[in-house]
Amino acid sequence: MSLDKNDFLHLCRLSRLAPDASVQEEMAQQCSRILAYMDKLAEVDTTGVEPLYSPVIHESAFRDDVAVRRAERSDILADAPASDGAFFIVPRIVEGK
Amino acid sequence: MAALTELSLLEARDLVRKGEVSAEELTAACLKRIEETEPKIGALLARRDEEALEEARAMDKNRPADLSDKPLWGVPVTVKDVLTLKGLPTTAASKILEGFCPPYDAMVVEKLKNAGAVILGKNNMDEFAMGSTTEHSAWKVTANPWDVTRVPGGSSGGSAASVAACQCFASLGSDTGGSIRQPASLCGCVGIKPTYGRVSRYGLLAYASSFDQVGPLTRTVEDAALVLQVIAGHDRRDSTSSPVPVPDYGAALHKKSDLSGLTFGLPREFFGHDGLDAGVAKACDDAVNAARSLGAKVVEVSLPHTEYAIASYYILAAAEASSNLARYDGVRYGHRTANPKNLEDMYTLSRTEGFGAEVQRRILLGSYVLSAGYYDAYYRKAAQVRRLIRQDYLNALENCDMLLAPVSPVPAWQMGHMSDDPLQMYFMDIFTLSLNLAGLPGLSIPAGMSSGLPVGVQLMGRAFDESQLFAAGDKLTRTLGTHNQHAPL
Repeated sequence: MSLDKNDFLHLCRLSRLAPDASVQEEMAQQCSRILAYMDKLAEVDTTGVEPLYSPVIHESAFRDDVAVRRAERSDILADAPASDGAFFIVPRIVEGK
Repeated sequence: MAALTELSLLEARDLVRKGEVSAEELTAACLKRIEETEPKIGALLARRDEEALEEARAMDKNRPADLSDKPLWGVPVTVKDVLTLKGLPTTAASKILEGFCPPYDAMVVEKLKNAGAVILGKNNMDEFAMGSTTEHSAWKVTANPWDVTRVPGGSSGGSAASVAACQCFASLGSDTGGSIRQPASLCGCVGIKPTYGRVSRYGLLAYASSFDQVGPLTRTVEDAALVLQVIAGHDRRDSTSSPVPVPDYGAALHKKSDLSGLTFGLPREFFGHDGLDAGVAKACDDAVNAARSLGAKVVEVSLPHTEYAIASYYILAAAEASSNLARYDGVRYGHRTANPKNLEDMYTLSRTEGFGAEVQRRILLGSYVLSAGYYDAYYRKAAQVRRLIRQDYLNALENCDMLLAPVSPVPAWQMGHMSDDPLQMYFMDIFTLSLNLAGLPGLSIPAGMSSGLPVGVQLMGRAFDESQLFAAGDKLTRTLGTHNQHAPL
């Protein structure tokens, strides 16, 4: 599989990444080479094989849904790049006056 | 008598227990060793020298009469920077987490503290555990204590370098595709990737959640068994952690004096690999001969889908990474770009400025293999191959008790030697990552030297059968003369 410039920019948009124009071509080529290698999997006959998404072999652990306070709001907001002491602050989302 | 810092964890722990050495003395000895060695190897990121000394002093003052439930009382340890430690910067060696001080401890950190360990600081690593050299850290490069012009391996390279340089008695690393076993091998120490689910991932910054597992790096197998004993077990905050009871690893270690009755399987595809270095092959032969001399039987086994492991792993791990790393958006913690035009701009620029090149590549690849039109051809297909690889292991382990194999195809290589070619770097993980696909446990033990550099071999076993790996690894390292070795730094 080879990625052209548009494919690559689409992937960047999906990933919320914007690599500098000077490295885009190199990154696209690296990704293309890696994906070309991945095509090796087509050699394997997987007819009827169930995908294995997790090696967990025990049953899902159920527990009572009990509310637990694990942290204080102030401790969590202390790591925020911007906060008003009660909420995370981000750039305006709804345009207007 | 050997310097305090060169003792094994158990020896040091016992001295503190007997009152022959105080926790403060042991901690001060490690801090002094860090002062001497850190300028040469750069294994640590955030440090807590003063706090550690204070804790050790307080422990000496308030020492309980019964230390039986404090198996690590007074023992200085470090943890990889991918584990949260309340109040200490935790970055996963990424700029995106610059300044992040987690408000909670990882489950494994909580367990270390409860066991009486003194945590000295955080170890350097490849950013978000993506890499095999520790050269992909946003902060600094870590050197191999056996030869400081070479890499320590990765991604838990800082942990392995700390342990090999006697800065601490144990370090916790994480292994997603070999990130404990490979640096342990390249730095001549012991490292175990437990069975998936054996150790809670709560507080482990996620890279690929269906692969990630925390485990110890130490200088002896016994020490690794003790630390795993402390950190293993079910945790209600990680639903993938297993309810299977944790056996007494220490008791299992001393049950027998030899390896009679055990059968070791040698995977044909690993030993026949083109890139296998002669020195590594020799170390494996030595380990096989040691196993035979201890009464074990050795048979050849096959893992027929080995050649597809790299493709399967890098598709699935990239997919999981692209999803896990979506949370880093500059909103709640870590790096935020300076002057975003709008919200989307803030996400995109914060992430682009914060993530290094290898992390960005894996996010892009992950987005690709999960996107409409490619999902079946890549993601689903890779998961099907994953099942076949797991089945290979289960079949092989019907004919033997454990597999014995190389860890890394070559000993530690020169810094900068491979970092330009990501695919070439992925090939270095050929012997480790299939075990993560299968979710089974693997113990890397030092087996010898090749041109002055340590070489490890790994023992891979059945799910939740770490006891057997420890028992065999302990006897093999003692026979091979690699028990409690450290770098001549």
